[in-house]
Amino acid sequence: MGESEFVYVAYIATTPEKLWEALTDGDFTQRYWGGRRIQSDWNVGSPVRHVRSDGGIDWQGEVLQSQRPHLLSYTFHMQISDEHRDERPSRVTFELQSVGSVVKLTLTHNGFEAGSTTFETTFHGWPAIMSSLKSLLETGSPLPFKGLGFGPSGKQA
Amino acid sequence: MDDVFRALASPSRRRLLDRLHSKNGQTLNELCKGARMTRQAVTKHLALLEAANLVVTTWQGREKLHYLNSVPIHEIYERWIGKYERHRLQALSELKKGLESKQVNITEKRYG
Repeated sequence: MGESEFVYVAYIATTPEKLWEALTDGDFTQRYWGGRRIQSDWNVGSPVRHVRSDGGIDWQGEVLQSQRPHLLSYTFHMQISDEHRDERPSRVTFELQSVGSVVKLTLTHNGFEAGSTTFETTFHGWPAIMSSLKSLLETGSPLPFKGLGFGPSGKQA
Repeated sequence: MDDVFRALASPSRRRLLDRLHSKNGQTLNELCKGARMTRQAVTKHLALLEAANLVVTTWQGREKLHYLNSVPIHEIYERWIGKYERHRLQALSELKKGLESKQVNITEKRYG
């Protein structure tokens, strides 16, 4: 089990409410997540989409848990290639926990198929996205880097 | 960030991170098996890595699993490498690699 999942943690100087907004609001995700807008009404069972500026969909899923501003979970099905599309959806969970004056953001991504291409794509992508998100919330600007696959540049590996 | 640099300053701890990179989500027992250290030393190093947020642990039933958390490394990368002209460092790193691999060839010839 441990091998086919990963857990990332970032401590971010913000509030759980702001961080929740950053994770769920398309205007916000667009700024730190390669111009992609996340779209959902965030009710359990509702669809989630991650939409590029050209209208294409990077990944889609369904809301599994939505307890504002502490717990957010959705299925995750990448659409960027046939290989990704052919895999079964995996699962993304965000936990937001106040620790003193900062928020501990824990991302768990699991439920991958054995040898999953999505695993490879996201394993290296999430740390970049989380750093960019942290930077945006703490300094007002996202990270400017490019070409890190599933990362803030929006370029795919 | 000081914690992260301090944690990364030890070759034993870097090796533990490398091992989690090749196989994520390992128990203490698994990590002890391949390590050339006592269980106590591994435990100590893991605690330090966890304090620096380079390792994250979760409980799965009765097992504590250790995961590599590369978010702080990414922050260092952006703050300290991206800023100082990444492409030049890359060129230097390639030059070093090239020279070192040549040296290996020479050594092999001489003693081979």
